[in-house]
Amino acid sequence: MKQGVIRADLMPVQSRSEMIGFVLMLVFLLAAPAFIYPVLLMKVLCFALFACAFNLLIGYVGLLSFGHALYFGWASYVSAYVAKTWGFTPELAIIAGTLAGAGLGLIAGLVAIRRQGIYFAMITLALAQMMYFFAVQAPFTGGEDGIQAVPRGKLFGLIDLSSQTAMYLTVVGIFLGGFLLIYRIIHSPFGEVLKAIRENEARAISLGYKTDRYKLLAFVLSTALAGTAGATKAIVLQLASLTDVHWTMSGEVVLMTLVGGLGTVFGPVVGAFVIITMQNELAQFGQWVQVIQGVIFVICVLLFRRGIVGEIAALLRIRL
Amino acid sequence: MKRFIGFTALAVALSCATAQAQWSDGVIKIGVMNDMSGTYADLSGPGSVLAARMAVEDFGAEKKGMKVEIVGADHQNKPDIGSNVVRTWIDVDKVDVIVDVPTSSVALAVNQIVKDKNKVFLVSGAAASDLTGKACTPNTIHWTYDTWALANGTGNAIVKTGGDSWFFLTADYAFGHALERDTAAVVEKNGGKVVGKVRHPFPGTDFSSFLLQAQTSKAKIIGLANAGSDTINSIKQASEFGIVQGGQNLAALLAFITDVHALGLKTAQGLIMTEAWYWDLNDANREFAKKFSAQNKGVYPSMVHAGVYSAVTHYLKALEALKSDADGAAVVKKMKEIPTEDKLFGKGEVRADGRKIHPMYLFEVKKPEESKGAWDYYKVRATIPADQAFRPLKDGGCPLVSN
Amino acid sequence: MIEIFGVPSQALFGQLLLGLINGSFYALLSLGLAVIFGLLNIINFTHGAQYMMGAFAAFFLLNYFGLNYWFALVLAPVIVAATGVVIERLFLRHLYHLDHLYGLLLTFGLALIIQGLFRNQFGSSGLPYPIPDSLRGGQNLGFMFLPNYRGWVVIFSLAVCIATWFVIERTRLGAYLRAATENPALVRAFGINVPRMITLTYAFGVGLAALAGVMAAPIYNVNPLMGADLIIVVFAVVVIGGMGSIMGAIVTGFTLGIVEGLTKVFFPEASNTVIFVIMVIVLLLRPAGLFGRAA
Repeated sequence: MKQGVIRADLMPVQSRSEMIGFVLMLVFLLAAPAFIYPVLLMKVLCFALFACAFNLLIGYVGLLSFGHALYFGWASYVSAYVAKTWGFTPELAIIAGTLAGAGLGLIAGLVAIRRQGIYFAMITLALAQMMYFFAVQAPFTGGEDGIQAVPRGKLFGLIDLSSQTAMYLTVVGIFLGGFLLIYRIIHSPFGEVLKAIRENEARAISLGYKTDRYKLLAFVLSTALAGTAGATKAIVLQLASLTDVHWTMSGEVVLMTLVGGLGTVFGPVVGAFVIITMQNELAQFGQWVQVIQGVIFVICVLLFRRGIVGEIAALLRIRL
Repeated sequence: MKRFIGFTALAVALSCATAQAQWSDGVIKIGVMNDMSGTYADLSGPGSVLAARMAVEDFGAEKKGMKVEIVGADHQNKPDIGSNVVRTWIDVDKVDVIVDVPTSSVALAVNQIVKDKNKVFLVSGAAASDLTGKACTPNTIHWTYDTWALANGTGNAIVKTGGDSWFFLTADYAFGHALERDTAAVVEKNGGKVVGKVRHPFPGTDFSSFLLQAQTSKAKIIGLANAGSDTINSIKQASEFGIVQGGQNLAALLAFITDVHALGLKTAQGLIMTEAWYWDLNDANREFAKKFSAQNKGVYPSMVHAGVYSAVTHYLKALEALKSDADGAAVVKKMKEIPTEDKLFGKGEVRADGRKIHPMYLFEVKKPEESKGAWDYYKVRATIPADQAFRPLKDGGCPLVSN
Repeated sequence: MIEIFGVPSQALFGQLLLGLINGSFYALLSLGLAVIFGLLNIINFTHGAQYMMGAFAAFFLLNYFGLNYWFALVLAPVIVAATGVVIERLFLRHLYHLDHLYGLLLTFGLALIIQGLFRNQFGSSGLPYPIPDSLRGGQNLGFMFLPNYRGWVVIFSLAVCIATWFVIERTRLGAYLRAATENPALVRAFGINVPRMITLTYAFGVGLAALAGVMAAPIYNVNPLMGADLIIVVFAVVVIGGMGSIMGAIVTGFTLGIVEGLTKVFFPEASNTVIFVIMVIVLLLRPAGLFGRAA
């Protein structure tokens, strides 16, 4: 039997190492703005949430969604549009984006869930590409221009988000909320069924579980949270553009999760941090970034399948 | 967090003890951002950084006690990367003015950020006429060219010389639509007819079916409302299908001398286009081109490069008069007050809506036997005087223009 | 002039012919993918980059060695196939015992590297490659002017596709290949060098991609990104046809080319997305694809 995509995750109990990891992460997030450019940090957090949402599918259900940018990008457009044109307050805009992600995920899921593994990946990619072309042409997305000058707005109508501090704390809050939600999903009876499906779907079906429904639900949860990430990003960076729906974006989130560690709780966060800061530092090398990302892909797949967090966890014999 | 490509520092010792000017952080920092490695690298790219440097040298900034630094960056034609760079440049690196920025989507994003942070934005590469229309700000000046000037120049002049039936091949995205719309309006205003149009997906690779439709329409002129590699491919494939031999002419609505260079005269001959500047028009231009190409791997300056030179020169002139670079809107206001004059564009002015005014030229691409060598590509078909070349002030919808 | 749905019949037939030409490229590329997947269970995301390398190889052969198009048709696929052998030996071999998804991720990474390197070296505006002199000009067919070269493309692709199908489905070599995928251990027990066969099969699929690239060079721009968007459309074609079915890939490729051509006439803005829409419909009605075996 072929080795599974990630190492088997057998212990259902919340571990102490995960708690420690969480506290470390929290401390870092609160202290970091003092020495790292806050806008960069916020960008990292949005992508970290995106990667966590993606990881939910690949790490715990075993489904590689190769077109996850669809939900991230379109939620970004929806949120930007309602914030700019209809004057929604930021939290409503982000909720709108999340719902968009969920809705699109539902439709895509209904089409794609019927196939597994490779076919699933290719279908999700093709769907994302179709929606990319749609985004190029649809008037409300602004095509090449994207939706620009998205107002930061006032959170709940009260807190002005053009203040860097207020925006940062809001983003941290959203990220932590999403992160904890995913954590809760993984460590719940629902999460157990998902892992069972990943290990041996036929057996799960024979036990009476309607696996397609579970997979679809997990898919929609993942796309909804990807939508939250995209919607938040649109408010923070005040821009929604074609880059967010392009297939290279789908590839990047895969890369982040792979580098950080598929199927680990903190992997996607670390991966997002690594990749985004790398892109930032190497921006002056423009096109080389793509080559470097390709090299990292190849190295990770061949030699480094557990990712950074996965390797640390294996070394220390803990669960992360 | 430094983000420099080909960092060219012109750090000059502040020798002049009598300098009364107060530059923010003691340095005037110019940020040249454009496409350094993609489709537009030849018409802007590192050449624009070079043009800026030449402008600073020719202005004699050193002797006047102005310490100037130039930095460059690649926006890869993406608005998110461009916004990121500009935001970091202004917040962290204290850049005072952003120059060039081709690709309208990026320019529009930068336009907003520069306004929010009260710096200066001098656009040379981008085309969107909205930059002096509904998106105009007190911090932005649009140099060189825009979609209205192109549509007006090409559309107008072609109809007047007999090209009165048009078929549009349009890239199906906002920019393509805008270009088609503006040109169609000009064509119809001058008594021409639009007999058909087809929208091709953007970006496209195979234009054969669309060109076939253009051929069937028997329009005298096929207007290419697209840009970059789409334009180049359409022209190549048109030549493959014998469209020009069949008696129809191609009008490139957005094309640069670098596109002609990439196509070669054999394929591009007879092409009609509008540009703001050409190196072979007069002695001053020729001299600049020689000096420029020697430092630019033999690639001759495009109108975008010339625009960067002119814009930076005028910016420094305004700074000299104002003696401060801290308030972006104030600097731009000064730039609108002083009439412009430089060796490349001659005399001109900057209007209230931020539009720089100068004549435009309608060019036709020479046949291979008419050209004396590389970069000798154009013959002048018409000169459009400055007061007719750009959209009238009142028609733009710019909030800065009081009616 | 007869009009069909408001379009003059002449224009319609012209567009159908052009669609057939595009379909040739789809067929060749999806054939390569189908061969590699059907026989090796690998999704070769690098296929688009290898298509591009074929075009570039043709460009180099012409501009540095003076070898014209006809040499390139043979040499370029061989050269690129050799790189395919390297990839298979060096990278893919280590992934066969793992989940298929890793193969996809690896080839995706390789595609990024190859495309990025070429792009850094050659920019993205594209390089010119002339149509071979013997194929210049065209025929006036009455309803359209058909450039000779494009006619050649259709005929040659059809020939290659049919030849490939024949080899795989009707010859002993093909039988060995098909057996090796179903039960490698048994086939090896018969004394057949299975790993070598796998390498050669991958190389063959890659060679097909490169061949398509050479044929594309004179008419499409030779640029580093020419394969990137195309490969995703080809994925959709392969999904519609049914993965692993050789005949399915060929027929679907040509058919979808024609459908796309028709869309360009009646609804041009959708021509980019029509293939994906068809994919969705096919998946809802026949999840295994039109010619595929049920999963």
